[in-house]
Amino acid sequence: MKITRKDVESVALLSRLEMDEAAMDKFTGQLNSILEYVDMLSKVDTEGVEPTAHVLNLKNVLRADAVKPSLPRELALSNAPEQEDGYFKVPKIMEG
Amino acid sequence: MAYEVVIGLEVHTELKTESKIFCGCSTKFGADQNTNVCPVCLGLPGVLPVFNTKVLEFAVRTGLALNCEILPFSKFDRKNYYYPDLPKNFQTSQYDLPIAVNGYLDIEVNGETRRINITRVHMEEDAGKLVHAGSITKSEYALVDYNRTGVPLLEIVSEPDIRSADEAKAYLEKLKAILQYIDVSDCKMEEGSLRCDANISLRPAGATYLGTKSELKNLNSFKAVQRGLEYEVLRQTEVLEEGGKVVQETRTWDEGRGITASMRSKEQAHDYRYFPEPDLVPIVVDPVWIEDIRKKLPELPDARRARLINDHNLSSYDAGMITSSRAMADYFDNTLKAGADAKTAANWLMGEVSKHLNLSNCEVEDCPVTPEKLVELTKLLDKGTISGKIAKTVFEEMWSSGKDAATIVKEQGLVQISDEGAIIAVIEAVIAANPQSVADFQAGKDRAIGFLVGQVMKQTKGRANPEVVNKLLRERM
Ligand SMILES: [Zn+2]
Repeated sequence: MKITRKDVESVALLSRLEMDEAAMDKFTGQLNSILEYVDMLSKVDTEGVEPTAHVLNLKNVLRADAVKPSLPRELALSNAPEQEDGYFKVPKIMEG
Repeated sequence: MAYEVVIGLEVHTELKTESKIFCGCSTKFGADQNTNVCPVCLGLPGVLPVFNTKVLEFAVRTGLALNCEILPFSKFDRKNYYYPDLPKNFQTSQYDLPIAVNGYLDIEVNGETRRINITRVHMEEDAGKLVHAGSITKSEYALVDYNRTGVPLLEIVSEPDIRSADEAKAYLEKLKAILQYIDVSDCKMEEGSLRCDANISLRPAGATYLGTKSELKNLNSFKAVQRGLEYEVLRQTEVLEEGGKVVQETRTWDEGRGITASMRSKEQAHDYRYFPEPDLVPIVVDPVWIEDIRKKLPELPDARRARLINDHNLSSYDAGMITSSRAMADYFDNTLKAGADAKTAANWLMGEVSKHLNLSNCEVEDCPVTPEKLVELTKLLDKGTISGKIAKTVFEEMWSSGKDAATIVKEQGLVQISDEGAIIAVIEAVIAANPQSVADFQAGKDRAIGFLVGQVMKQTKGRANPEVVNKLLRERM
């Protein structure tokens, strides 16, 4: 599969990343070489092999349904670039 | 051209656990903004989610109650999208291996039973809440409360088997009843603990392919589900009739204006790039545990309804109404335990009890007249101690004062007068005072007796036994 310039634009948009023309070209090339490398895996015969759901050989790591103290609000908000009235303040969402 | 309506519903229900799905924060509704948050549910770097056992149990219970197959191997995946109510920029959800698949539920519309198939039930985390300053389109910024982020959700997806807005409403009502019966969710639509999105398309009657659908959001009440879908049927019909094409898009129901409107900016977000969640390990459920949960399932609405019809001779309608909520059905069963006659109890429940619950906007769980107290009242009525009319007055007094029926009857002297001697005196006075009505009756106007009975009842403040009054009046004229 070949990554096109259009794919990179679309992924950048979905990831809310802004980049200039040069970066766009650079990433198109880099993503293609990564995918070409990973494509080696498709040569392996995986007939009858279950897809891997997790790299660790673990299952059912669970906790009891018990409430633990949450963060004090000032601390929860302390990294927020902007806050108001105990809320996180973010730029407007829908372009009208 | 005649069109067939094709609807599939995606229902989200918040599970009533104490703590969130992947952290120990409380799920309590209505807490101050951003007070039930921690590094895990805020999506801070370097944290590890740990899955809540109760969520798994509730999900399995729901799957079984909806006749699903429980997958022995299940896992979580990341659903990636950018929206400020999602602090991690992905929602931990389930993609290709959900906890339960291939179920169904039966609904009844216009006396006909229809089976609606359920594709899947999967577990996920809820998102936060956005508070907009002003309107969503005009405001310059939004405020975010992450208390709801990480509250456990089940998403229940139906097949496109629903054929009308009425069926959609019936499906949602049935689903809500089942979720409440099995005690996994409060299902309060007004608090957002039950939410519904709909996919709806039209196709020429008889066709088997699917038409282009629109996805309807913001259906926040049973009424909105019905009205939103009805509107969308009309809109799409009009588009097709005019030779146009339905555009695949997300639309939002605007309750105030009674229309659906396109949400253009949401379209692009549909590429969710799911991948397995590396921070959570797979879930493997023990078949013995599943059978144990199945055995502990309570009697579900359909079975309960059948029991009321078969064992207690209730009409299909009455049984359906009473079993539409577990609390109502429990109330009814408790009246039976207290010795009520089933039909009498059903009449009271559907009549005075429901009326007062509606008037005071009260849930049946909080009904001030307990099943036992209601039965005491109906027994006073059966024994002839009070009249039917007085019984309603007594019920109202029981509702407002919390006193029992016998006390109210005694305190207010409401015992029915069946003693003929006492009634005769009143009747004679009424006959003497209303010669015209007496003459009318004697001239063959049978209706005139109604007026005279009414006069006697009025003078005895409703306490005279109406049958005795009727009999004595006829004897005397
Ligand atoms: Zn938390």
